[in-house]
Amino acid sequence: MSRKDRMSGNQAVATAIRQINPDVIAAFPITPSTEIPQYVSSFKAEGLIDTEFIAVESEHSAMSACIGASAAGVRAMTATSSAGMALMYELLYVAASDRLPIVMAAVNRALTGPININADHSDSMGARDSGWIQIYSENAQEAYDNMLMAHRIAEHPDVLLPVMICQDGFITSHAIENIIIEDDEPVRAFVGEYNPPKHLLNPSESLGVGPYSVSAFYMEMKRKQFEAMNSARAVISDVSKDFGARIGRRYGMFEAYRMEDAEMAVLLMSSSAGTGKDAVDALRAKGVKAGLVKLRVFRPFPAKELADVFRGVKALGIMDKSDGFSGNGGPLGAEVRAALCGRPGGAKTCNYVFGLGGRDIRVDDFHVIFGELKGMIDGKQLPDCRYIGVRG
Amino acid sequence: MTKENLMGTINETSAWQDITVGGHVYGAGNSEFFNTGDWRVRTPVWDAGKCKQCLLCYPVCPDSSIPAENGKRLDFDFDHCKGCAICARVCPFGAISVVAVGEEAAR
Amino acid sequence: MIEIRWHGRGGQGAKTAALLLADAAFETGLHVQGFPEYGPERMGAPITAYNRLSDGPIRIHSNIYNPDLVVVVDETLLKSVDVAAGLKDTGKLLVNTNSDPESVLRSFPGVKGDIWVIDAMDISIRTIGRNLPNTPLLSAVVRLTGIMGEEAFFKNMEKAFGEKFARKREVIEGNMRAVKEAWASVLQINEQARGKDV
Repeated sequence: MSRKDRMSGNQAVATAIRQINPDVIAAFPITPSTEIPQYVSSFKAEGLIDTEFIAVESEHSAMSACIGASAAGVRAMTATSSAGMALMYELLYVAASDRLPIVMAAVNRALTGPININADHSDSMGARDSGWIQIYSENAQEAYDNMLMAHRIAEHPDVLLPVMICQDGFITSHAIENIIIEDDEPVRAFVGEYNPPKHLLNPSESLGVGPYSVSAFYMEMKRKQFEAMNSARAVISDVSKDFGARIGRRYGMFEAYRMEDAEMAVLLMSSSAGTGKDAVDALRAKGVKAGLVKLRVFRPFPAKELADVFRGVKALGIMDKSDGFSGNGGPLGAEVRAALCGRPGGAKTCNYVFGLGGRDIRVDDFHVIFGELKGMIDGKQLPDCRYIGVRG
Repeated sequence: MTKENLMGTINETSAWQDITVGGHVYGAGNSEFFNTGDWRVRTPVWDAGKCKQCLLCYPVCPDSSIPAENGKRLDFDFDHCKGCAICARVCPFGAISVVAVGEEAAR
Repeated sequence: MIEIRWHGRGGQGAKTAALLLADAAFETGLHVQGFPEYGPERMGAPITAYNRLSDGPIRIHSNIYNPDLVVVVDETLLKSVDVAAGLKDTGKLLVNTNSDPESVLRSFPGVKGDIWVIDAMDISIRTIGRNLPNTPLLSAVVRLTGIMGEEAFFKNMEKAFGEKFARKREVIEGNMRAVKEAWASVLQINEQARGKDV
């Protein structure tokens, strides 16, 4: 059973956490994710969960506590944003290489420089090489659903990697929207119990976690992580299918919207995808073959599947909500182009950097992008990368 | 305490498939599988005749390479003794001498 | 889809009002969005909040540039903020004011939509006992959007207040008086609106 409700993205994620009832949450407040541990601590005060809530003095400590708790054999979670995530970076790599299935509610916010509290993806993109699985959510519903799937993915024996469930700060984290909330029982049945075969607090079997790894082992460790990240594709797909079968909402590695015969398309992640869909619908109503791909899973990166979906596309706008400062555009631009390179299909591409520091992106902006993509099909040259929604 | 002797089979020639997930170390006391006695350039030599079994040497050995049974020490565990000679320093009876590796027999 | 933009000052509750409206609309079965535009949060600084109300799912996640309804929580904003920017020709503009209609109209020479006023401060002081303009404004907004009829809305609010102030009968009564007075007293003041029915 489920019920219709309305809540913000942060409330939705907190509700998922209440239903999951993790053993440990270690978190430090930072806008715009602060509400999540705030809700969780009130659930704890009301006796709705028996989670151990560890109030730490920094995000570095929050992730350290999660690593300790997870190594000890329990479900550990945290929530953070922006500079908070940046302060975790060192430990994010440790969590991944120690193969600890920690789950993070990431509420995307721009990294400081200049200081800003609003949404973009520079925080989680800074963690893109840390070995965490990254799943991005368009709205409160997806943030809730992805959070319910996170532990099944992270804890799968073929994976054993930490997972961050991302949503856009304020745009969805603080917006009230309609949502369907599942009953506690089926959620708990879906998520399941966590009983790791080996853990630090087992008195009958000793275990060491996080040993120094000399050159003779370091690369084998990384090769094993590579294997786990690759295995995560099938696990994410299976868990999403099971979620669809049991709960009724279906998810893939990405959502292909009106892509069947699309000649031009945009690819992007998170909250602006719906705005883009409105533009696609308007263009389709005029007979323009436009489509949109909303990438859900950024790590592992579904390179081959993306190349397949873009095979018939003539012009593709790759939209990055962060600038990688390569001088050639953002991380999505680089990775999507790498995915297309050497595979069938000859889409011309332009990498658009948009929405930095909470800059609004409107349906009209998508029309500008699609107009430029049309120009590219007609032979007009576009730069490799350009900013959209910027003055000047 | 059960000890999974997996660690004894993982070494610098192991393929990535054969090392543990996360490099986790299963079981305690795995240093036993590493024959650090190879590192020794000086060797302690125990003179059982001079030894009064005071056991002052036993606790100071950093590599637990002085085995003891029933309150009495035995000869060194040369698979793991690194030859630091701390034992010779603490021995009040001159029962432990130190020689270059290869010269043990001469004594 | 109805798109609403709220203009207020930090601390006046424009965000809360937008969330209350989302709640009320949700109760009628509509799909809703309620969200503020966040910046440095300073008491008294101009802030904007938004609502989308729709029969179907709402996918768009951008601010609102062509609202169907603009709500001005604090009329002193009229001097510094172009509150009517992008208002649809068929749209409505609601100002919380105790100024005379002529002077309010003078602030909006180019506005083609209907201009409405309500003295939410006066209503709230008389009914609730404090300057809490949200409740009367919400009532006026619900009436102007037509998302709920009078009876259904009053019933809905009575239930909401009942849950919120379970042990304070006088608070519930005061708030309900504010709701009813606001519903009745919200007033069209420009010529274009004359003769039209809401």
